[in-house]
Amino acid sequence: MTGIVALYIFMLAAFTGYEVIARVPVILHTPLMSGSNFVHGIVLVGAMVALGSATTTLEKVIGTIGVLLAAGNAVGGYAVTERMLEMFKSSGSRAGGSRGKH
Amino acid sequence: MDLHFSAAALIQVSYLLTAFLFIMGLKRMSSPVTARSGILWAGAGMLVATLATFFYPGMTNYPWIIAAVAVGGGFAWVTGRRVAMTDMPQMIALYNGMGGGAAAAIAAVELYRGGEVTRAGATLAVVGGIIGAVSFSGSLIAFGKLQGLIRKSLRFGGQQLLNVLILAGALLLGALIAGGYDDAAGVVTGLFVLSLLLGLSMTLPIGGADMPVVISLYNALTGLAVAFEGFVLGNAAMIIAGTVVGSAGTLLTQLMARAMNRSLGNVLFSGFGDTGGASASSEVKGSLKPIEAADAGVMMAFAQKIIIVPGYGMAVAQAQHKVWELCQLLIDRGVTVRFAIHPVAGRMPGHMNVLLAEAGVPYDLIADLDEINAEFDTADVALIIGANDVVNPVARNDKSSPIYGMPILNADKAKNVIVIKRGQGAGFSGIENALFYLDNTRMLYGDGQAAVSALIAAVKSV
Repeated sequence: MTGIVALYIFMLAAFTGYEVIARVPVILHTPLMSGSNFVHGIVLVGAMVALGSATTTLEKVIGTIGVLLAAGNAVGGYAVTERMLEMFKSSGSRAGGSRGKH
Repeated sequence: MDLHFSAAALIQVSYLLTAFLFIMGLKRMSSPVTARSGILWAGAGMLVATLATFFYPGMTNYPWIIAAVAVGGGFAWVTGRRVAMTDMPQMIALYNGMGGGAAAAIAAVELYRGGEVTRAGATLAVVGGIIGAVSFSGSLIAFGKLQGLIRKSLRFGGQQLLNVLILAGALLLGALIAGGYDDAAGVVTGLFVLSLLLGLSMTLPIGGADMPVVISLYNALTGLAVAFEGFVLGNAAMIIAGTVVGSAGTLLTQLMARAMNRSLGNVLFSGFGDTGGASASSEVKGSLKPIEAADAGVMMAFAQKIIIVPGYGMAVAQAQHKVWELCQLLIDRGVTVRFAIHPVAGRMPGHMNVLLAEAGVPYDLIADLDEINAEFDTADVALIIGANDVVNPVARNDKSSPIYGMPILNADKAKNVIVIKRGQGAGFSGIENALFYLDNTRMLYGDGQAAVSALIAAVKSV
């Protein structure tokens, strides 16, 4: 990938991130922060490549720490975001359940 | 060779698919209706990219990789599943810090190896490494503070100067590395030590109340660090995902800071977050008027419209389930019930919505500040539970108050105000609340959960 192509990707991705978030209601800020936290867990693939190409012991140790931390970011980010978003329900969708009891 | 080519093509296609799934996932997460599916889309993207990376040409050290994924992922899965919803902000900080640390580790591997990286690559690795390391140590401090492990905010004269010096030192070492300085191992170590120190010294002085903004900032920074390391590795998925999070996180940080009436510079370079309440506390006139739960319950049962203002105190008392039970009773009596959420209710914007959602409160009963503020005029009762500074009218008219200018919920405009409160202490910022002394305000003392249970009993007996 040439430098200028990388810069194009960078610029377009920056606009995309801004636009995608710009319409988010406040009620979703915490899950969204958590969700975007999960998305940068993609650092896992970079950490895997770094460790996968490590040769010296020092590189291997740092690489292993990197993969460990990255996996924590990705898995933890997913676990908490999914838990939060799972709970968001409208009164329409609960009408059958809780209303029926009365 | 041929095999390598096809593996590389497979990986590129997988990363493209991942970028698509991430962006669609984030887009779906921006509406409550589709949010749940959004995280599933993004999760699928992560799975695709991770599996494809196992086929990266020339990969070795598979046992190390698998062991590290199992340990890191296992730890995060268990903690992420178990953590209480009230502790969510610090867990996000922790996982975010891990991501920053991973970006810094990638930079470290590349820089210690040296040689093969280009000038531009080395520069990006250095910048990403600094940002990642700052995000790592800073997020750990944020986690420690919100978790209650670090109670004091370390402040001393010349602190900003010290931070600038550390940053300058890190940049100098980084310039040496990028400039191709020979025998760089010691310099690389120095770079990371200084960067980690910078994260510590930047975050330690910031008070707990400002932590959400800081966590959000570090989230954006980690995204940037990931994007920079993506450039170094020529990894488009990392560049796109990292940059999207970097820009989205920056916007989110601004939104949060604005909601708290703080500028980002203010958060980072001053120390309001936990002021000891040195200012204006004795000017409030009037007296606190207590009410019994039975009387408050009757008042609420015969109201037309009730607005509930929950704060972090409600979550601490684990009273949200009881509150929803009370609401259902009132709704069945024909009372209109709405929840008014201040942007900083809970510990970060949107946190209170998560806590209410956990209790089963449908999101369409929940209104934010702009929506609900005009409605307090028509409300018979405003029930304040665990909220304090966000309903303090002092913010509207007392210029000497530290919270002057902060947007507040106009609970004082309701015909009656009932405040559930444990005791007579001041709020998080240590400021006396003028709302509590108004003629139409009654104090219902007690633990949140017990007080709401008493209200439920009172409403039932009507």
